[in-house]
Amino acid sequence: MQSINMELVQYSELFLLIAAFVYTAAFMLFAVDMIRSSATIRRVEAELAAENMTERQLVSSGAGEAPRDQAPHQQVPSEELVDEEMAYLGTRRPFANVAVALSVLAVAAHAFAVASRGIAANRVPWANMFEFLTTGALVVAAVYLLVLTRKDVRFLGTFVLGLVVTMMVSATIGFPTPVAHVQPALQSPWIAIHVSLAVMAISLFTLTFAMNVLQLIQHRRELAQAAGSTRSGWQFLRLVPSAISLENWAYRMNAVGFVFWTLGPLITGAVWAEEAWGRYWGWDVKEVWTFVIWVVYAGYLHARATRGWTGNRAAWLSIIGFGCIIFNYAVVNVYFPGLHSYAGLPD
Amino acid sequence: MAEKRENTYLPAGHRDAPEAAGSTDAPAGSSRAEVTPPALGVRGMLRWAWTQLTSMRTALMLLLMLAVAAVPGSIFPQRVQDPFSVDAWIEDNPGVGEVLDFLQFFDVYSSVWFSAIYLLLFISLIGCILPRAKKHWQLMTSPPPRTPRRLERLPEFGALELQSTAAGDPEDGPKAQQALQDAAGILKARRYRVEVRDAAATDGAEASGSGDSAGSAGSVGAERGYLKESGNLVFHVALVGVLICVALGSMFSYRGQKILVEDEGFVNALVAYDSFHPGAYFSEDQLQPFSVQLDDFERVFDRESATNFGQPLDFTADVTTQLGPEGEPQSQELKVNQPLTLDDARVFLVGNGYAPEITVRDGAGDVAFSGPVVTRPDDPVYTSMAVIKAPDAQPEQLGFVGLLLPTAQDTGEGLSVSVDPELGNPQLQLNSYYGDLGLDEGNPQNVYVLDTEGLEVLNSRDEEAGGIVLSEGETYELPEGMGSISFDGVRDYIAIDVHYNPAQQGVLFFALTALTGLILSLFLRRRRAWVTVETTPAGRTLVRYGLLARGEDFRLRDENIALRAQFEKKWPVRAPEEDS
Repeated sequence: MQSINMELVQYSELFLLIAAFVYTAAFMLFAVDMIRSSATIRRVEAELAAENMTERQLVSSGAGEAPRDQAPHQQVPSEELVDEEMAYLGTRRPFANVAVALSVLAVAAHAFAVASRGIAANRVPWANMFEFLTTGALVVAAVYLLVLTRKDVRFLGTFVLGLVVTMMVSATIGFPTPVAHVQPALQSPWIAIHVSLAVMAISLFTLTFAMNVLQLIQHRRELAQAAGSTRSGWQFLRLVPSAISLENWAYRMNAVGFVFWTLGPLITGAVWAEEAWGRYWGWDVKEVWTFVIWVVYAGYLHARATRGWTGNRAAWLSIIGFGCIIFNYAVVNVYFPGLHSYAGLPD
Repeated sequence: MAEKRENTYLPAGHRDAPEAAGSTDAPAGSSRAEVTPPALGVRGMLRWAWTQLTSMRTALMLLLMLAVAAVPGSIFPQRVQDPFSVDAWIEDNPGVGEVLDFLQFFDVYSSVWFSAIYLLLFISLIGCILPRAKKHWQLMTSPPPRTPRRLERLPEFGALELQSTAAGDPEDGPKAQQALQDAAGILKARRYRVEVRDAAATDGAEASGSGDSAGSAGSVGAERGYLKESGNLVFHVALVGVLICVALGSMFSYRGQKILVEDEGFVNALVAYDSFHPGAYFSEDQLQPFSVQLDDFERVFDRESATNFGQPLDFTADVTTQLGPEGEPQSQELKVNQPLTLDDARVFLVGNGYAPEITVRDGAGDVAFSGPVVTRPDDPVYTSMAVIKAPDAQPEQLGFVGLLLPTAQDTGEGLSVSVDPELGNPQLQLNSYYGDLGLDEGNPQNVYVLDTEGLEVLNSRDEEAGGIVLSEGETYELPEGMGSISFDGVRDYIAIDVHYNPAQQGVLFFALTALTGLILSLFLRRRRAWVTVETTPAGRTLVRYGLLARGEDFRLRDENIALRAQFEKKWPVRAPEEDS
């Protein structure tokens, strides 16, 4: 077996640290953008008011009337602040934009760190819990940036980057694992397919978790507004699309995540289990939880087609599904004895 | 976005699938009343029960219950995996253990309640897909639905007025009939199933407010994405297929475990197994008479890494296999993740360890036991549990319990531990006992456990004689003239599993079919389109079109835009008049 390139490992660790710091900076800037939402909204309102003003001046100047007094404090309807299809409307959010730029930098450093770790060990860089988390965080951040190129999902930045930073920190604190070769049970081409699909699925579920939580918050706000509440509440939510828009987008991503979960953990997992352990399904704890998560998300997809179960209840199912994923990862891997003893944790 | 929800097409076979626009947003409580059983006869009750069972809400509830019911199987030890831990759990938790055992918490996946949930779920599923399949078949074999009266009320709608000048200008738009054919062609190219209807068949559209029914040239009805519903049905049918294959597999499969010490052979026959788990309909002639012999076993450990020194990197067993007594012996490699396929059975390498060769002589000097003793490794450095039973020893039966240390190192306190998994300095540390080992009554005993109760201690660290410490090639004389024990050498052993499951290819086939169906049903778009063409009183050709989505479709607007672009490319379209 080829030796591990320790020099490359050191570079990998350095870049992982850099990525973590830059992510943290991006997270903080997204948070600042969130806090400054009301300022952003006021600016947009002022711009819109100014536009209206010039238009009216043009109209009224002909009639020789004095321009009517404009009310710049008038609330701009939310449709003008966000697009339901999450298209870019040209709202300037400098802090968020710098945060996005930093995220790009961080993802580049992170990608280098993950790739060099894999090259150093001459295998896929997701063979233990530390690597699973760091690779997962990379995919979450990369998918988020990918979506950002098409859609204005800057409103998700604080949540996504927060989750990414959490994943990086818990990998380092909870599951620090030195680079090493993998044990014979993991030496199979299936590790590349099975685990990468699991990472993809979990990354998508992570993003939809953030969206579904926002959906619930947004729904409460919409209810309050419909009930005639004049309380302006959390200004940030005015820059977030409507609950139903969030729900639809979360559904589309969950559908993709569900396919990944079916093919990855479930089907290729069973195929690999047959090859390594002799049976395709044996209700090992990890298999149980893979099944539970699959059923919960299947329930979510069905809830979308059941009267009285759309909207908030479906969102809760998606959130519960993500809770099961976290439980499966953080609790089942560590505390439940089973065949998936790959965690690389000290006994 | 609210319109989107209205047009959401939902599985029609489910009786509580929302049909009316906006009903999806009705609060959950509003339909509770439906659930009250009406006062009906037995048939009525059965019909009602069937309706309830096959409803979407019930299916969803059963799904969620299945998820919850699966969880205890990960919390409590399960008999299918480890019957010994189940017994230990019940012993450690008297009272609770028995109750949970009665409630089948240690056999969750074959329990009455778990089976009830998934069987009900599958009955509900079948009851749901049968009417859906019928309805889908009817739709597939019939033309696209009738053209609605008011296309402008559809979620996506557009109208184009084509250029027309009186004098046969080459810039002229096509006449109404030609436009209709063009529209049909465009829709067909966009992979719609298309039907062109003449004005008489388009009576619905005729009545649409234009007032000039004579001007209608007919309409086009089109639908695409039938595969979405087909995929959905295939997905659910394939799940039934998976379940059937799983059931077949558990009936006709078998699995068995065998430990093979170096140079030992194994013939696939019932008596040869250490443990054997047949399916319900297993018969002994299913066992193909192949044989496997372990010639050599090699372990590779990490010798470079500072952090993972001694971690296993590779296990390779060189085996000789033979298919039947007349078969040609074949040398093969058996590794983790690389099982052997012999006849229809699969042979897996699931464990390995050391088997020290021991000779026990009794007080009379006769050999009471001689051979390799399979030890059970308990940690990464292969500190292995050894149990030796010599019931033939005279005058007293002898038993030994202790450890094999592959590379023993003195800790400085008179105690040795193993520091490496390879055989650097193999050492046996044993306690010895004499008395009745309890083997004579014929009760089955675990060969890896010596019940020391009722035995007299000969050697142990607490005794005057001390424990037995043996290096390779050494012999120890037992106290009180009870005999001697020699450590002659160490051989390797492997643990193999033999599995036979004739239905597992079927499970894989149906799982992949289900996946294909799932992808089709989730990502295909099912749409209907209608185009009407009429000649306006001004003599121009007016084309209207409308789009309707069935099921989740977030890109209906894009379809509208694409369709309009194609129409505009095909025909010279009049700019909309400013003042009208």
